[in-house]
Amino acid sequence: MEVDSVFYTDHSGRISSNPLLDQLPSYQSLLYRRKSSTAGTKRRSSSRGRIGSSGSGKWGVGTISRREEKQKSQTEERPIRELPRTMAEKRRDNTQRLEEDRELSSLKQLEHSTRRHLRRLRDDVHQWLGSLKLWRGDIHVIEGMFGTGILSYFSFLRFLVMLNLIIFVLMFSFVMLPIIIAPSVSGNITYNLNLGSECSAYPSSTRRGLVIFHQHITDLLSGGGFLEQTYLFYGYYRADKIHFSNSTYNLPLAYLLVTIAYLFFSLIWIVKRSAAGFKRNLVQDEDRFQSFCNKIFAGWDFCITNENAVRLKRSSLLYELRTDLEEERIKQKIADRTRKERCRIYLIRLILNLFVIGVLMGCFYSIYRATIFSQEVQMATKKDNFIMDLICEYLPSIVITLANFITPLLFSAIINYEDYSPAFEIRFTLMRCVFMRLTSIGVLLFSLWSQITKCGNEPCLCGYNHVLYPCWETRIGQEMYKLTIFDFIIIFAVTVFVEFPRKLIVQHCDCGLAKWFGQQEFAIPQNVLEIVYGQTICWIGTFYSPMLPAICTMKYFFIFYIKKVSLMNNCRPATRPFRASSSNFFFLVVLLIGLALACLPVSFSVAQINSSQACGPFVNYTTSWEVLPNTVSELPHGIKTLLFALSSEAFAVSFFVVTCLIMFYVIALAGAHKRVINQLREQLVVEGRDKRFLIQKLCQAQRLSAIKSPGSKSQPRSPSYHTSFSNNFNESVFLAHSPPDSSTHV
Amino acid sequence: MGTTASQLGKDMLSEYQELTFLTKQEILLAHKRFTELLTKDEKDLPNNRVPMERILTLPELKSNPFRKRICNVFSTSEYKDGGLTFEDFLDLLSAFSDSATLEIKSHYAFRIFDFDDDGTLDCGDLEKLVNCLTGETDDTRLTPEEMRQLINNILEESDIDKDGTVNLSEFQHVISRSPDFVSSFKIVL
Repeated sequence: MEVDSVFYTDHSGRISSNPLLDQLPSYQSLLYRRKSSTAGTKRRSSSRGRIGSSGSGKWGVGTISRREEKQKSQTEERPIRELPRTMAEKRRDNTQRLEEDRELSSLKQLEHSTRRHLRRLRDDVHQWLGSLKLWRGDIHVIEGMFGTGILSYFSFLRFLVMLNLIIFVLMFSFVMLPIIIAPSVSGNITYNLNLGSECSAYPSSTRRGLVIFHQHITDLLSGGGFLEQTYLFYGYYRADKIHFSNSTYNLPLAYLLVTIAYLFFSLIWIVKRSAAGFKRNLVQDEDRFQSFCNKIFAGWDFCITNENAVRLKRSSLLYELRTDLEEERIKQKIADRTRKERCRIYLIRLILNLFVIGVLMGCFYSIYRATIFSQEVQMATKKDNFIMDLICEYLPSIVITLANFITPLLFSAIINYEDYSPAFEIRFTLMRCVFMRLTSIGVLLFSLWSQITKCGNEPCLCGYNHVLYPCWETRIGQEMYKLTIFDFIIIFAVTVFVEFPRKLIVQHCDCGLAKWFGQQEFAIPQNVLEIVYGQTICWIGTFYSPMLPAICTMKYFFIFYIKKVSLMNNCRPATRPFRASSSNFFFLVVLLIGLALACLPVSFSVAQINSSQACGPFVNYTTSWEVLPNTVSELPHGIKTLLFALSSEAFAVSFFVVTCLIMFYVIALAGAHKRVINQLREQLVVEGRDKRFLIQKLCQAQRLSAIKSPGSKSQPRSPSYHTSFSNNFNESVFLAHSPPDSSTHV
Repeated sequence: MGTTASQLGKDMLSEYQELTFLTKQEILLAHKRFTELLTKDEKDLPNNRVPMERILTLPELKSNPFRKRICNVFSTSEYKDGGLTFEDFLDLLSAFSDSATLEIKSHYAFRIFDFDDDGTLDCGDLEKLVNCLTGETDDTRLTPEEMRQLINNILEESDIDKDGTVNLSEFQHVISRSPDFVSSFKIVL
């Protein structure tokens, strides 16, 4: 009897049961095997199972179709541990495979064993690399207590530490190391300062005479005084070419190329890290991060071990589900809005957006004025009060921090009136805060440059104000250094002087104020913005202060521990949960925005503003960028023509056109795929309906024949894994049974 | 077959490394934690099965709302009591480890969420699942209307052949597009 006829009777004429569906090829392709307790089904399932895996001696049977052979070869290729089976079954499969291998040719045996060994080697390497990762234990503890949302913040912090370390290593090895080792390997440093010119006067800023202790503190905190003439700042790198015994090292070229290299390297690493999140977000047209399936099926963090955290996670999940369900209802309400209501809402939104822009302009203007005031005060030679001095030096940082503290509160208050959906509200507020934070650095730099390139009423002699700013790159480096230090001080101070007392008050005092305040929430978005802000400063400042990445590495290193302590002791997780995947994506997007915003000032100053003639490696060039064309003109003829061709307009236009064509092609391809997917979906629905219809008919037919042949026993249902047939119909499927024993051993 | 003494033999170790996703350190740690669960006389018996109540005292499982389902799914016991041998325990850790493939994880997740063990996730399973996630007490549950709306949304997103339930392929399809699943379906000792 063939296996695919529908009705079987055994030798006594009775129809025994066997779910027809479980013999369907679509079920066979699922490798799930249900452990069943009855002997009959066990025999059947084991024979089915051996169809899936390799069965020595039993698989030359007529019951195996070609399709199952193909499945067998597919499972052959996969490692044993990727099959969802119990250990005993896996062991059996493994021994069967090894037995089979012995029957194969020696070449195949070698191939299999090398594959196995390579896999083992790769696992060992991965494991070793994983054990080298920084802070594994701490992150594991945090994960157990707070789940993966907050964990993503800390792994982001770890990523930034590594990034800054590598940037510092790049800068150090290509810029600092040659200068440091030049004396010891008898290298000759040439430096052509045009001493006659007015622009090359660089008055020393080191303090003379007896230096009071607090002036050292001022210098340390502001980067002036004794720190100015160190490797910390651009001005100290007085080297044009370093002549070693058999080669010449062009330091300005190296300096410029390393700057471009670290920006490029940061871009590559961030994009690589966010590749998975990008792919998913771009491929799917809907908002997958908010989907219900993602929340329900992937909603529980199995790594949480803390009882408290479990309770919090449950309540936050409940809150999230309720909010999303309500958001759906709101969407319905929004769709039902009348025209009049819509006009009113748009008008309100317009007014509020104008208000937001006004607030931003106000903040930017105050930063501008504060910077100018601070610069003027620093120029004044008379420095009296130590504290006032320091405050004036730090005035731009203070104003920026204040603005960044007030504006998020303002934005979150305003957004309530704009009547967006809750998810969009959060994202929009975040975007506004991001914009505010990162643009404030840009405004600071802009105001600095306006000071540097202003020389009273006439055009500047040297392209910059050489009287006030003999070495303007060092000055910018100092401002970036001050921003970094102040940022770190603020983070530390807020944790110690604001969060800790708040926790004490909430714990011990029972007044209404404490209840209203509540315990500090670990707000992930604001924390992430803080560290992205610091990283943007680092990217901008590395060109002017090559040791800044090292300072930032140590800063983030300490911030990790500060935040961890703060999290464990002071905070509770936010009520609105931040999903791990969307967190990672959000962090990296914000970081990329920071990187883009950092590239702009650096490239502007490199290309447009004249480099200072009194200090630094670029004294012999008009702008810092000029070193590249100079070097290219000294290259051999062939490479020169190639580079000129690459930078010509013809090449650029044709490259642009080709890129556009490729993009259009890919978009068309994606559209075609989407259409095919929709068609297949509809087809699946229709097929499912067909199957149910047919089974219903067969069921009816069987019922009739069951009436005609009494004495048929009903068997318990076995699970079927592709339709809900067994749920919709009360009878089991008495349609076919497996061929009796004799036919399996043909 | 199983471990007899408190030491794990080298060949057993390499075999476990081959058959699971765990590294050597993880297997040794799992062995250590498992033998801590055994009583003194049980330690000498080969291939012993630790009852579910003792397994659930492990801190990694103690507060997990799916702990009983996890034990039932990975248990190879004939009495369906959720007791685990050491090899079952290794299977559990392997499926929940960092390096397990998405297919393995989604497969076992499906089985864990299938509360009535009928091979599909129907409305009853989904409702029990949501209640597990939000809490067992009355004030932490969704209202019946919210539950209905939620289950409708889930089925709309995941039920491709529109039969009212989610089977294994549909579940795996949904999970493959879920970016959070791999990082959340993890238990590390």
